[in-house]
Amino acid sequence: MNLAKLNDIAAATKEKCKNKKRVCVCAGAACISSGAIQTLDSMKKIVKEKGLDKTVDVIPVGCIGACHQGPLVKILPDETIYQKITPAEAALIAEKHLAKNEVVKSLLFATGAGKESPVNSNETDFFKKQRKVVLETCGNINPESIEDYIAVGGYQALYNILSTLSQEEVIAEVKAGGLRGRGGAGFPTGLKWEMVHRYINSTKYVVCNGDEGDPGAFMDRSVLEGDPHRILEGMAIAGYAVGAQKGYIYVRAEYPLAIKRLETAIKQARVQGLLGDKIFETDFNFDIEIRIGAGAFVCGEETALLASIEGKRGTPRPRPPYPAESGLWGKPTLINNVETFANIPKLILIGGKEFASVGTQKSAGTKVFALAGKIMNTGLVEVPMGITLREIIFEIGGGIPGGKKFKAAQTGGPSGGCIPESHLDTPVDYESLGALGTIMGSGGMIIMDETSCMVDVARYFMDFCMNESCGKCVPCRVGTKQMFDLLNKICTGQGSPADLALLEELAPYVRETSLCGLGMTAPNPLMSTLRYFREEYMAHINDHWCPAGVCKMEPAAQLAEAHS
Amino acid sequence: MTPLAAPTTTILVTIDEKTYSADPGETILDVCKREGINIPTLCFLEGVSTVGACRLCLIEIEGTRKLLPACATVVAPFQKVKTNSDRLKKNRRMTLELLFSERNHICSVCVANYNCRLQDLAHEVGMDHVRFPYLFPDCNVDGTNKIYNIDHNRCIMCTKCVRTCDEVEGAHTWDVRGRGFESRIIADFDEAWGTSPTCTLCGKCVSVCPTGALWHKQSVQNNMKKSPEMVSELTAKRGRKG
Amino acid sequence: MSKKKLATVWLGGCSGCHMSLLDIDERLLELLKLVDIVKSPIVDTKEFPGVDVALVEGAITSDEHLHEIHNIRKKTKILVAFGDCAVTANVPSLRNPIPMKDVLSRAYIEAESVDKGQIPCDDAILKLLPRVMPLHEAVKVDVFIPGCPPSADLIFYVLSELVNGRIPVLDKERLRYG
Repeated sequence: MNLAKLNDIAAATKEKCKNKKRVCVCAGAACISSGAIQTLDSMKKIVKEKGLDKTVDVIPVGCIGACHQGPLVKILPDETIYQKITPAEAALIAEKHLAKNEVVKSLLFATGAGKESPVNSNETDFFKKQRKVVLETCGNINPESIEDYIAVGGYQALYNILSTLSQEEVIAEVKAGGLRGRGGAGFPTGLKWEMVHRYINSTKYVVCNGDEGDPGAFMDRSVLEGDPHRILEGMAIAGYAVGAQKGYIYVRAEYPLAIKRLETAIKQARVQGLLGDKIFETDFNFDIEIRIGAGAFVCGEETALLASIEGKRGTPRPRPPYPAESGLWGKPTLINNVETFANIPKLILIGGKEFASVGTQKSAGTKVFALAGKIMNTGLVEVPMGITLREIIFEIGGGIPGGKKFKAAQTGGPSGGCIPESHLDTPVDYESLGALGTIMGSGGMIIMDETSCMVDVARYFMDFCMNESCGKCVPCRVGTKQMFDLLNKICTGQGSPADLALLEELAPYVRETSLCGLGMTAPNPLMSTLRYFREEYMAHINDHWCPAGVCKMEPAAQLAEAHS
Repeated sequence: MTPLAAPTTTILVTIDEKTYSADPGETILDVCKREGINIPTLCFLEGVSTVGACRLCLIEIEGTRKLLPACATVVAPFQKVKTNSDRLKKNRRMTLELLFSERNHICSVCVANYNCRLQDLAHEVGMDHVRFPYLFPDCNVDGTNKIYNIDHNRCIMCTKCVRTCDEVEGAHTWDVRGRGFESRIIADFDEAWGTSPTCTLCGKCVSVCPTGALWHKQSVQNNMKKSPEMVSELTAKRGRKG
Repeated sequence: MSKKKLATVWLGGCSGCHMSLLDIDERLLELLKLVDIVKSPIVDTKEFPGVDVALVEGAITSDEHLHEIHNIRKKTKILVAFGDCAVTANVPSLRNPIPMKDVLSRAYIEAESVDKGQIPCDDAILKLLPRVMPLHEAVKVDVFIPGCPPSADLIFYVLSELVNGRIPVLDKERLRYG
């Protein structure tokens, strides 16, 4: 591969699509589960039958974003999105929009009742405030076509750095971009790269953490399914910068579609000479392998993930030494999240300075969130850092359905916390969310309304952590179990003030003594709900009453259960 | 593991307001042991790999927010270490309470009564009772081995047996299955110990077990003496350190 | 100084702790100069009177025990969990992981000494709790003396501290489980 060839592929692909309409049928896991494949097949068939295939391309694409309205069909270059498209409705779109350029108003993507839906989906409330970097081409290109990716500028960043930048210059660019780890903790990415770069070793590794495990989170899956080459390119750039020749992508087995598309992408990249030896005719060699996780949440923790790649039991180990110093098989290892890598090609192309112009001073760029729970528009959104939670929930998300009242937004999954109404104007950045007792997390955002009981929510997440604890260290293994039992006691009306006091002593203990992030953050949902919704706990304990009407109260157990 | 930029000369560290010299690469626990500073440990065993799992040896280092395990933390120049602050004492008692609540540790009917590391530590930290409800998980006793028994009710998952069997004896009979509260020590692929084709009956696991979980069939209540130092001496003779 | 009132109680335990109490031997006489034992398995009193100190041996295994310990708590200034059964539920709690019906069946039907046994079901008989508990799971406990049994010396130390109005501290040297 060289620049001329890359440009040829881009030009040829563009030429093929020239003056053509592009029908993008969402083939992300959510739309597939609501019948997108049938929609795609019938759309292809009808377009062919009607002889439209000279002017129309029908392609499967990755996540378009508005998952609650799937299957989605997007018409380019008009940027028109149609929602909930059945095979019959696909025929209607073909007949009207594709053949006669007439918009089918009744099927247009709508974000609120009573409002007329704009023909250009970018003008809808859902998309208007979004800012796409990571998801820039997700939903517009065929994820199984390397040509599509190259046509939108793919692998250009890799070429640029290999031909013009030194390793140090790449790292300086990433640092200038102010990019921070999108896995949730927000460690500065450039600094991490520099650390790995600094260790002198002939063998180094780059690892992509795709073990997305938070309940209700699907950002990484969507990116892997919708734009796999972006990750490969990001990893290759990182490989060059830190001096690694081998990369691993760790994906959970529950993501078969992501794995399939990654496999396809890696094969294509190898064929095109974008992975393997002498990439872009330089001395840079880099190849990537997929490692499939076995469904343990703890394997999202970096040292457990590395153990799992090595074929060992997925348990964490004490840090330091950090993976940058001693990672895979004891070698210096760079480990970043899917979304972090997905930011890299764009960052390189536009330059660190330009990249940092979006977002806030300390949290540059955008963040992808998976909106879920009691919200009108569930789905995948990408917003500039610094946007308020209120904008995400009430403008992009369309607010709470059924006229119910908002109660809390949960970010960071089982490691995060709940944010009450009073803090909705907080800007979304690492520090502000941290100050509220939650974390940015990898991007899960679960919205709860007045029908959610916060004690029950705390119990739910504790149950999750308890079941996902690897069992290695005592505070997490036994502490989560004891916290769950105490919460369960409170939820069933058996809890006493003494139980609450014990819980309040145990939670900070587990946080400060656990071996890895799982245990350290497991008390967060509990502690944040206690901080903002203490009165709900007190109602359960003192009045044996669940204000949200969720928990079932049981009579005092011991005597009633005595044998007879 | 030695850090890249490890200094090659003697390092001065301050532990509980007294200054000691240490060799580069030594852990804080190494220094404390040499200097007679008592730090409680359960999962640490000289001669096998360090896991930092029991969290009893956590210490405070000035300038570090996180508590770090003394067994896995390498000395650094001018480190200021606290090994016995009130915060640490409180945490240690909590850890022991959780361990006692986890399985069925009933000292009075245990072969290792009076010879038990867990019991000794409970006395040491002044654990006069356990505030958490005892959990009584369903644990069995495997008596299929002709010489030894394993009683999972007494097991604290320190994995000393697993590491010793793998790293010292080279048999790797023991391993761990399951997650969290449900994790258990298993022989081979979760088989009866007696039918294990890998076990050499060497008894090292029994020697290093800090509680009454692994015991000699001939022992009765109170008389199962353990000798973890046997394994440490053996590995020292082989010239290896964990 | 008026004499303190002392009670000793025997719940779900083997009475070994009481035996150990008697093992303080001639020091009992010293002790009796300072306390009156107003309720005990060795004193014939029906009702539990108000006391300064109650030593409670044994775990809570039945509805009767539960009722009793609440009553004792109400009438006691300093409640002492006396021995491992009271502190940890000890041997009685060995039945906890086993389903109740198997426990009863083992005792009343399968036991080697039983001929044509049946599980008693008279309302007059106390009812076992599904789970044997240490005292502090049911009521507030002021002093814990583990040990199976606690040594006579330890018991004497604890009692002499208590009658002198001090709360005994069980440090590393004195604390002993099993």
